[in-house]
Amino acid sequence: MWTRDQQAARAAKELQDGFYVNLGIGMPTLVANFIPEGVDVTLQSENGMLGMGPFPFAGEEDPDLINAGKQTITELDRTSYFSSADSFAMIRGGHIDLSILGAMEVADNGDIANWMIPGKMVKGMGGAMDLVAGVKKIIVLMEHNAKDGSAKFKTACILPLTGKGVVDMVISELAVLARPAKGAPFRLIELAPGIDLDMLKARTEGHFEA
Amino acid sequence: MANKLYPDAKAALDGLLFDGMTIMSGGFGLCGIPEKLIAALRDAGVKGLTVISNNAGVDGFGLGQLLETRQIAKMISSYVGENKEFERQYLAGELQLEFNPQGTLAERIRAGGAGIPGFYTKTGVGTLVAEGKEHKDFATASGTETYILETGLVADVSIVKAWKADPYGNLIFRKTSRNFNPMMATAGKVTVVEVEELVPTGTFDPDHIHTPGVFVQRLFVGRDYEKRIEQRTVRQREPA
Repeated sequence: MWTRDQQAARAAKELQDGFYVNLGIGMPTLVANFIPEGVDVTLQSENGMLGMGPFPFAGEEDPDLINAGKQTITELDRTSYFSSADSFAMIRGGHIDLSILGAMEVADNGDIANWMIPGKMVKGMGGAMDLVAGVKKIIVLMEHNAKDGSAKFKTACILPLTGKGVVDMVISELAVLARPAKGAPFRLIELAPGIDLDMLKARTEGHFEA
Repeated sequence: MANKLYPDAKAALDGLLFDGMTIMSGGFGLCGIPEKLIAALRDAGVKGLTVISNNAGVDGFGLGQLLETRQIAKMISSYVGENKEFERQYLAGELQLEFNPQGTLAERIRAGGAGIPGFYTKTGVGTLVAEGKEHKDFATASGTETYILETGLVADVSIVKAWKADPYGNLIFRKTSRNFNPMMATAGKVTVVEVEELVPTGTFDPDHIHTPGVFVQRLFVGRDYEKRIEQRTVRQREPA
């Protein structure tokens, strides 16, 4: 089984030199710590920045410089700033290579649900619907099962969708599932150490090719 | 030239406000919000507002101040998670809420300001956001894809925060405080801007102006900006 850091490191292996990448809030943020040596990626923040740098040192925080999680960050030599309309032109227009985000449910047809639980206070979808609709490749980084033990990779999402048929790869603490194209079935790519196919199947509801 | 300069937020809003009006308010989280104009709206007491803003402030600051005074009847936003008073009013049925995907919200405002009544987008297709909206198939490079119709947004008044302005209303924004401000400046019937610094005409390199002055009707310099940080996050220095 992979730890959260190992899951993030596994996701970082999907980064390619020259990629423009948007990382979601939570576990996906950890991926920035594991960018492989020799691979140069530019991180996009949907509030209007390309070339996101690390967190500032104490005393150097700038309230005019935050990421989409509203955290203070820094700029790099390559950084550019732009409006929210330009930011989502990049996202919706297919100019961003990869988005890594969390999810509550993913279906084996690529549907994703990560913004709303009916009956609970809904905070909003933020940029998630635009990201899954427009970014070239979508990787979901999530725990394999919900707190009640139910499978999060399902035959169909129960929760309201964020996007339909959009997910390309799922990385959980147990395995990597991926498909070569939208519309194709998911396939098992890799098992975490100590996990075998039967264990994975016992904890998975959605269909995948072994 | 027409005078666009006003002494303060109260004067800059004078004669523009009425109950039930629609206001666009710039900012992402608390970054780049027009804090002086929001405070002046609170003091003016105008009610029944529809506010178009990506977020709804926090308790006691930003748009949170207008929630406390019950001046907002409806919010059009993409994310409102940082505000307990918002949640309370919403769950009590006192506040209407329309969620837009963030990019759709940005483009609706851009379109409204550009005289475009609607546009097709694939954001939200197959989700709750698409319900009741016109669907249309288009041939694209990756085959036929379904899009939904979203409409442009305009406001009676847009309130905008910029870094610097000249007397003609040409604006420059700073870092990620730009966000929704430039589009909102284009989409207000009247756009009122607060800045940290007013510079003499001719100071800006014309190539470096972010928002041309044609979009700005009223302007003032704000003092003592609070600029609250929502998530102060730092890293440790490596030991020497």
